[in-house]
Amino acid sequence: MKLLLSYLIFPGFLFSACIGLFAGWVDRKVTARIQYRVGPPWYQNFMDIVKLLHKEIIIPEGARLTFLFAPFLGLLSVVLMSTILGRSLNIYASGFSGDLIVIVYLLVMPAIAMIIGASSSENPLASIGASREIKAVLAYELPFILSIIAIIVKSGGSIRIGSILNHQAFAGSNIASFSGALAFIVVLFSIQAKLCFVPFDASEAEQELMAGTLIEYSGLPLAMFKLTKAILLYALPVFLIVLFMGKDISPIFLIGKYILILVSIILIKNTNPRLRIDQTLRFFWGPMAVLAVLALGLTLFGL
Amino acid sequence: MSLKIKALTKSLWVFHAATSPCNNCDIEVLDLFTPRHDIERFGMTLVGSVRHADVLVVTGVPNYKTKERLKKLYSQVSKPCLVVAIGNCACGRIMFKESYNSPCPVDEVVPVDVYIPGCPPKPEAMIAGIVKLINKLKAKEKK
Repeated sequence: MKLLLSYLIFPGFLFSACIGLFAGWVDRKVTARIQYRVGPPWYQNFMDIVKLLHKEIIIPEGARLTFLFAPFLGLLSVVLMSTILGRSLNIYASGFSGDLIVIVYLLVMPAIAMIIGASSSENPLASIGASREIKAVLAYELPFILSIIAIIVKSGGSIRIGSILNHQAFAGSNIASFSGALAFIVVLFSIQAKLCFVPFDASEAEQELMAGTLIEYSGLPLAMFKLTKAILLYALPVFLIVLFMGKDISPIFLIGKYILILVSIILIKNTNPRLRIDQTLRFFWGPMAVLAVLALGLTLFGL
Repeated sequence: MSLKIKALTKSLWVFHAATSPCNNCDIEVLDLFTPRHDIERFGMTLVGSVRHADVLVVTGVPNYKTKERLKKLYSQVSKPCLVVAIGNCACGRIMFKESYNSPCPVDEVVPVDVYIPGCPPKPEAMIAGIVKLINKLKAKEKK
């Protein structure tokens, strides 16, 4: 019962969705201010979700069952991920051995849900979007996992979030060291790609693919994909804080670090043009993978 | 006012259907999203896919080809969907009335909710038209 409550309400669905939708408003507002506009009011993203819940759900002709199953897959796994993350931040030693690996797996699920949903919708633009999404996943997973391995080596081979936090509380934040800073840069760009934000958003490019992977979705399934994106916008920066800036995680510092990472993601989004998918692949397998390997090597030497 | 109508009026997503216009109205529609008029203050955004749209903005006189496309687009939108005709051409196809390539005005193809005349209408006129649209939604709710 308590587990169900924590899945549905506190660190889980309701809490992380509210924070995520609010962060989505911060994103729109900062974007608007950069372009000398005023921007939407703070409740805008909540209104969007409520509106989408009341719209008609259209299932295109020839779509398979997975078309409706995919949004549930993405949302449920992301909520599970944010629950595990929130609980291990909140309650001391509540995690289990290997929860870092579980989180890394669950972080891939929204992209897979996107691919399944888009490819079962029988739309040519959606299938182009799905193929680009597959390439993007292949591109960013390699440096992402390499730099997470660097963190694992750094904290004495531990794959529990609680002990990674413990290690940082004693030995200082991971980002303060040379290898940690390199790995931080790599993971920052990887979560930019995981969120489908601008330099790496070729899979749902609005100008060329007309929303790409999401093109056939309407009403409730679209709202679920928007919620998935919102929860990712909350959970990924928190994951970054846990891995790299875990020295002091009292609420005020946590919120400050979260806003810092959120705003830097938004600034990267607004000051860069979109990369083609082959450029994305080259960027992640070239400079980013080299940086990640370098970080891993430096960690082995204890730097 | 119910939550449904309130949420709909606060976040209208616009899909722009250009049925053979001269592109003058299209440029004025895009003006609404620039810093001076910034219509995102009211929660409106341009969306790429017609399935996400709440408002279908139609510009231009439909010809034989775009008439069928417009009919198809309207059938693909998830309801409730509102239609706004922008410009003199879409409102009443003024000087193209006798043209060999204009079978019918927009409102014989799809049900139009608000007409915004002008050649092209100013962005202020379009904002006034959108206010009329929202008031119409609220009035429909009261009945």
